[in-house]
Amino acid sequence: MSSEQPRQQIYDSTAPSTDTRDSRIGEGADDRFNSKLREAFGSTPFILTKFDKFMNWVRGNSMFMLQFGIACCSIEMMHTYAIKHDLDRFGAGVPRASPRQADVMIVPGTIVSKFGPRMKRVYDQMPEPKFVVGMGSCTISGGPFQEGYNVVKGAEEIIPIDIHVPGCPPRPEALVYGIAKLQERIRNGESTPVVVKPYELEEFGDLPKDELVQKLADDIDEDDLVMRYNWADSP
Amino acid sequence: MSTGLERQPAVEVTEDELEAIVGDRALARDDHLNAPGFVIRPDDVQDVLKDLRDEAGFDHLANLTAQEYPDRYESIYHLRKYADPTQEVSVVVPTTTDEPVSQTAEPVFRTADWHEREAFDLVGIDYEGHPDPRRILLPETWQGHPLSRDYDQEKPQLVTLTEHANPIQPDHHDDESDTMFLNIGPHHPATHGVLHIETVLDGETVVDVDPDIGYLHRCEEQMCQQGTYRHQIMPYPDRWDYVSAGLLNEWAYARVAEDLADIDVPEYAQVIRTMGAELSRIASHMLALATFALDVYGDFTAIFQYGMRDREVVQDILEDLTGQRLMFNYFRLGGVAWDLPEPREEFIEKTRDFLDGLPAKVDEYNDLLTANEIFQIRTHDTGILEPEVAKQYGCTGPVARGSGIDYDLRRDDPYGYYDNLEWDVVTEDGCDNYSRVLVRMQEVEESAKIIEQCLDLLEDWPEDERTVQSNVPRTLKPDADTEIYRAVEGAKGELGIYIRADGTDKPGRFKIRSPCFHNLSALPEMAEGEYIPDMIASLGSLDIVLGEVDR
Repeated sequence: MSSEQPRQQIYDSTAPSTDTRDSRIGEGADDRFNSKLREAFGSTPFILTKFDKFMNWVRGNSMFMLQFGIACCSIEMMHTYAIKHDLDRFGAGVPRASPRQADVMIVPGTIVSKFGPRMKRVYDQMPEPKFVVGMGSCTISGGPFQEGYNVVKGAEEIIPIDIHVPGCPPRPEALVYGIAKLQERIRNGESTPVVVKPYELEEFGDLPKDELVQKLADDIDEDDLVMRYNWADSP
Repeated sequence: MSTGLERQPAVEVTEDELEAIVGDRALARDDHLNAPGFVIRPDDVQDVLKDLRDEAGFDHLANLTAQEYPDRYESIYHLRKYADPTQEVSVVVPTTTDEPVSQTAEPVFRTADWHEREAFDLVGIDYEGHPDPRRILLPETWQGHPLSRDYDQEKPQLVTLTEHANPIQPDHHDDESDTMFLNIGPHHPATHGVLHIETVLDGETVVDVDPDIGYLHRCEEQMCQQGTYRHQIMPYPDRWDYVSAGLLNEWAYARVAEDLADIDVPEYAQVIRTMGAELSRIASHMLALATFALDVYGDFTAIFQYGMRDREVVQDILEDLTGQRLMFNYFRLGGVAWDLPEPREEFIEKTRDFLDGLPAKVDEYNDLLTANEIFQIRTHDTGILEPEVAKQYGCTGPVARGSGIDYDLRRDDPYGYYDNLEWDVVTEDGCDNYSRVLVRMQEVEESAKIIEQCLDLLEDWPEDERTVQSNVPRTLKPDADTEIYRAVEGAKGELGIYIRADGTDKPGRFKIRSPCFHNLSALPEMAEGEYIPDMIASLGSLDIVLGEVDR
């Protein structure tokens, strides 16, 4: 039989594909291939969806985390990756050592003045779209070290953060919950608005004016410096 | 195992003999609660320290505290003996406020190098003749010295990152020589946190290593100086060595504050403390093993996960005991927060179950790690740290014991309930990465022995004597100008605290002596001349925690 033309029964039949399978390997042999989804689709192994929607779903279900240990919280983060809590169950448990391969950065600890610029650099190296989970009180406000002369009062002074997980340190369960929430948001196509820093606005003004720069500049809300740029509608 | 470095009973040096050694160079006496103190002139530092080392045998510069008074700066050198740490002497070096210059102690004790850099960085004392007078914890661009009296914290600081200027450097080669400069960290999986190692390579051989620390300097000393003795300081020690070693660190503060304010601890509480501390030690050593395997094998699947599995069990037990998984905050001055959880039998049985399963797990680790040929090839005779060098750098804990130095404060400077229990100090004389791992493996077993005995004691303790806390005044105000340095055996070594009371309910100066700080400073000795993977292995075998290095 030529494989260029689909077989007639595929055109005609809307019955679950169990028939063909059963005739091949015997009835009731193995239920594994016969997922509910497959049943629902009938013989057509195709799903029709919007590409954006599909991409969001994919992003949320396969997140590569940056292997990024800073302070106390990184111990609980390691426990979250390891057995018992096993973050990989939720499709988010592959720690990548290089920021260029990572989608999500968990910031697990206190940011101090010397480390702040380095963290920004690591964040800048991550490919878009990127997401950040702030783990622990230190990334919210500086936590117990807030009054220190050397402590940055929250990671949000330096990079935008999508989800804050409070605690000192948060339990692994809390981190799992935070990441599940992040996945939920990603699946829904939400992300934190990018906030432009005043100096960045200045640098932006130095760029040669063309159509793209103009469009981006129009997207910046001058009151709160939030960038209303939506990558899904990008030209 | 015979070490060839068996413990010699240290010759006791009386105060009269000390006075004779220091002689005319002593301007005054300034005794601390823990040790006799001598005030000397800033240009006599090397002479006095050298004489104390060579003639009286004080071969361990345990700590260097710098502080500013209204009328003077002061550097305090806390000296001890490796052979007998209960023999201590403090050398106090005052300098004027106009010109805070003091002679460096670096030629006598190598470890003074980093200490004096820290003193310069945070307090602002200059050390004349110091080989490398740079800032160590704060960025190079920092203005002012944060622990000096006139420092204004509100003033903004500018921290630059020069690497931002040219992110893609065309060539990392040095023009003149054939070497290559390599930055390892501060974000790197093998640095166990945020450590930056500036490495110069000749081919694959490490020529020069310069650990650059301070990426986690969270002002722990300032935080403790702002807290009241009774309750506000205790949460911070948990966050120095945060690898579940919290109870060991809390004990360091509990010990120093109890000695300072003269507080008794009920014996029952001491047994609970001892048990909790050893559980912490097991958890900490498990992580050291797990991450060492990760460094050497890149093994994220087996040994790392096994280590985590066992830590989970320990953390569960500690959670039952203290209510928290990681930051326990369980010790109180004068005891512990509360008694064993109810039902007590269940807790004891759970802990016993863990201990019963431990030998099998240790065998498993031995099969996977220490008996493994690949592992042995990777770790034998690499990262050599000779005992004399280790002493020069003030190394303690498993790092020193892996170099055959028989030094364990639990036995040598007894506290808690250790004195009444049966256990051994583990030493290995290999001086290499392998020995340090072996020491940790065996210490896990020793800790298990201690916990076993504590459980027996706790089970049979008379019901009406289960006092967990003694009566401690709500506000503690130790007398002004009382000074004390006390140390305990933390997971990584001698964890000491120096406190100067100033008559208020907060410490006037709170200085932390971190074992990791010393151990890490010995890295260049271990790594230079070796291959780069061996340097990573050496770093792993030091088992540093950056929270404690940077404080």
